Amino acid sequence: MEKFTLDGTPKTPTINFDLGSGVLEIKGRSIPENSIEFYKPLVDNLEKYGLSPKPATTVNVQLEYFNTSSSKCILDVFKKLEAIHKGGSSVTINWHYEEDDEDMLEAGEDYQAIISVPFKMVQVAE
Amino acid sequence: MLDLFDFYDKMERNNILLSFKGDITSDLLTSILQIMESKMDNFQEEPKTKKKVYNVLVECLQNLYHHMDEAPVDSGEYGRSAIFMIGKLDGAYNVITGNYILNENVSGLKSRLDEVNSLTKDELKEYYKQILNNGEMSLKGGGGLGMVDIARKTGQKLHYTFQPIDEKVSFFSLNIKVTLNQ
Repeated sequence: MEKFTLDGTPKTPTINFDLGSGVLEIKGRSIPENSIEFYKPLVDNLEKYGLSPKPATTVNVQLEYFNTSSSKCILDVFKKLEAIHKGGSSVTINWHYEEDDEDMLEAGEDYQAIISVPFKMVQVAE
Repeated sequence: MLDLFDFYDKMERNNILLSFKGDITSDLLTSILQIMESKMDNFQEEPKTKKKVYNVLVECLQNLYHHMDEAPVDSGEYGRSAIFMIGKLDGAYNVITGNYILNENVSGLKSRLDEVNSLTKDELKEYYKQILNNGEMSLKGGGGLGMVDIARKTGQKLHYTFQPIDEKVSFFSLNIKVTLNQ
């Protein structure tokens, strides 16, 4: 089964995308100076996956921090998922936030307002 | 001769935790962020405070990083140099940054800052979503999202000054306050 994975660094998140099972996980920090460069391989893989997606696609986003440069790229990732959702695969985005992190919850709600994909806000303990 | 004690005394009175002047590189920012994280751990700041300060630091310092190449490199007298200081005074963290800006870019930046400062919390949220969704993404960053994000997260106005230096450049300084337990 095909997988796309990237190990996390102090400035970039861990990415696990199992194209065979339709599960994408983005976890950690996303504060690179050049976000476009970092997210391009993921966006490319989503495009490839979108050609023959699984019936259900699950996306788990658990970010501790992300910068505004990443926020646009994350939106691009979500737009790809929106297209996949419209194309017939049922996509769910689980947006995780730590219980005291109102900014992260609000950031998730901002995306929820822009993207036509079901979002679940998942509170996690610190 | 440089009066080092005067420097020290001013930094001490403003409780400056960390300061830097010079070229802003990606590696430098990685180190600075690590140092500030461990300092805040030592101060036993609440996770909420740490996150807010960290977020604001990332935006402020990356702003400097992305605008370093706007400095007039052709004239050696300015070079790729900027300054920042991080302090903690009267229960608030202060992030102060300074860099050269071409005079022709002053009025554009000033009007963007004034616009951000004129908006309420709800308006900032809408403005953020609008730029996020419609704005052009530049290679340099979030295409103007940084200042909106800082204003949203701190709930404070952006304090800034432009100091004219000569016919080419001005010195832009930005002072961001992150109050605790808001």
